Amino acid sequence: MSELTQSHFESELEPPHGEPLTVETALANLTHVDVSLRYYAAWWLGKFGAGSPGVVEALIAALHDEDDRTELGGYPLRRNAARALGKLGDRRAVPELLQALECSDYYVQAAAAQSLGMLGDPACISAMMSVLSGGVESAQLMPGRPHLAKPVEAAMEALEALRATEAAALIEPFLQHPVPRVQYAAARSLYVLTQHPAYGERLVRSLSEADLKLRRKLLLDLGASGYLPGAEAIAHASVENSFKMIALKSLLESNLKQTNPVALSPAATQVMTLMDALL
Amino acid sequence: MVAAVNTLATSGLEAGIPTLIAVLGYNNPEAASVAVEGLIRLGDVAVPPLIEQLDEYNYGARAYSFRALAAIADPRALEVLLSTAETDFAPSVRRAAAKGLGSLRWEKLPKGDRAIAQDRALQTLLTISHDPDWAIRYAAIVGLQALAIASSNPSQSSQSQLSSAILERILERLTAMADDPDLAVQARAWMAQQQLEHLTAP
Repeated sequence: MSELTQSHFESELEPPHGEPLTVETALANLTHVDVSLRYYAAWWLGKFGAGSPGVVEALIAALHDEDDRTELGGYPLRRNAARALGKLGDRRAVPELLQALECSDYYVQAAAAQSLGMLGDPACISAMMSVLSGGVESAQLMPGRPHLAKPVEAAMEALEALRATEAAALIEPFLQHPVPRVQYAAARSLYVLTQHPAYGERLVRSLSEADLKLRRKLLLDLGASGYLPGAEAIAHASVENSFKMIALKSLLESNLKQTNPVALSPAATQVMTLMDALL
Repeated sequence: MVAAVNTLATSGLEAGIPTLIAVLGYNNPEAASVAVEGLIRLGDVAVPPLIEQLDEYNYGARAYSFRALAAIADPRALEVLLSTAETDFAPSVRRAAAKGLGSLRWEKLPKGDRAIAQDRALQTLLTISHDPDWAIRYAAIVGLQALAIASSNPSQSSQSQLSSAILERILERLTAMADDPDLAVQARAWMAQQQLEHLTAP
């Protein structure tokens, strides 16, 4: 039984068994005959490969892998390579990630969208907007699958990261999406992009309706939105304290980044007072 | 069940203590919070049974026990707070213990023991202020801030050289933590520094 901490979320994406690697062995493993070693190497390079020569090129090549396939036709290595390229912060990956948005595997598309948001190149904004351009109708749940037809949540997150205020009108209809977590993602992006309190309040209000799993997701969205008036709602939500701590931490940090503090604002002090009480 | 726990928790009956402690292990957050409140209200008399009945196999229950022990702040919990803050495997339990370590009611100890006990709390809090988990470091700052206030309060410290050394060590560590890799930890260190400023004013 593991506790609910930040590393808990991250570990969901981590392959379970970890060989000690070096950049050289990881690069070699990216084309190993054992495809599970390729998968682990891609994750490892995303975490530890920053700044080493050849890493970005090798991961870009892995975006075209044909050997590692799931029963449903997915591309596990491409997914990990796309995630890793987002973490490495090298914009040479942008054109290849834009191409990966067209991959037949939904999870490759989602990882590519997320990574494009992390790389922060404004040239991707139009591609992200076209993911949303079909509206709610073209982004319904796929029958029998746990995901939508298009990675709209990742696209909204990317637009938020890219501060693409021009996308707000395209995101707005997703507040009415039948899947609650998509509504929350939309409210979160819209708050970040417009700073309009109604979107923050939408997240706060949903807290009282959602079930436990969705409440956790909502807390993380509220934290990431930076909507400071939501701090009390986070602190008093009926969710594990560890989740509330993570949500309040990201709320605090988004506030600190905005104000670029020499002195703490009263709002930041209030968030920390709430965090102290959760220890 | 919550209503029944609430009745017991507000009764103030010592005989209800073992039952309130048992409720901490039912994996019912609402009932557990009510039980914690009841145990805190009972105060010092709940401390020995809380320590004896710590649940080794349930970290959720243990975290509630330590929140109660931290709030009651009876220094008889010192030993168990020290070892838990350093070595428990569950971060939520360690956070509660770290916070509790700073804010014990030191004046309940004989005068000669206070500085030594505070020094032991200091050593543990300094150790865990280097933990890889940001939330443990955050909790260590909360503990250190409370300990700094206690060690400069004449009714809680023995006013020895040791207690002024404690304050100095804490301020030094907080200055270092203002460069923590996590922004939230940095900010909490600034807040502690601000709130401690008047202690060092001549």
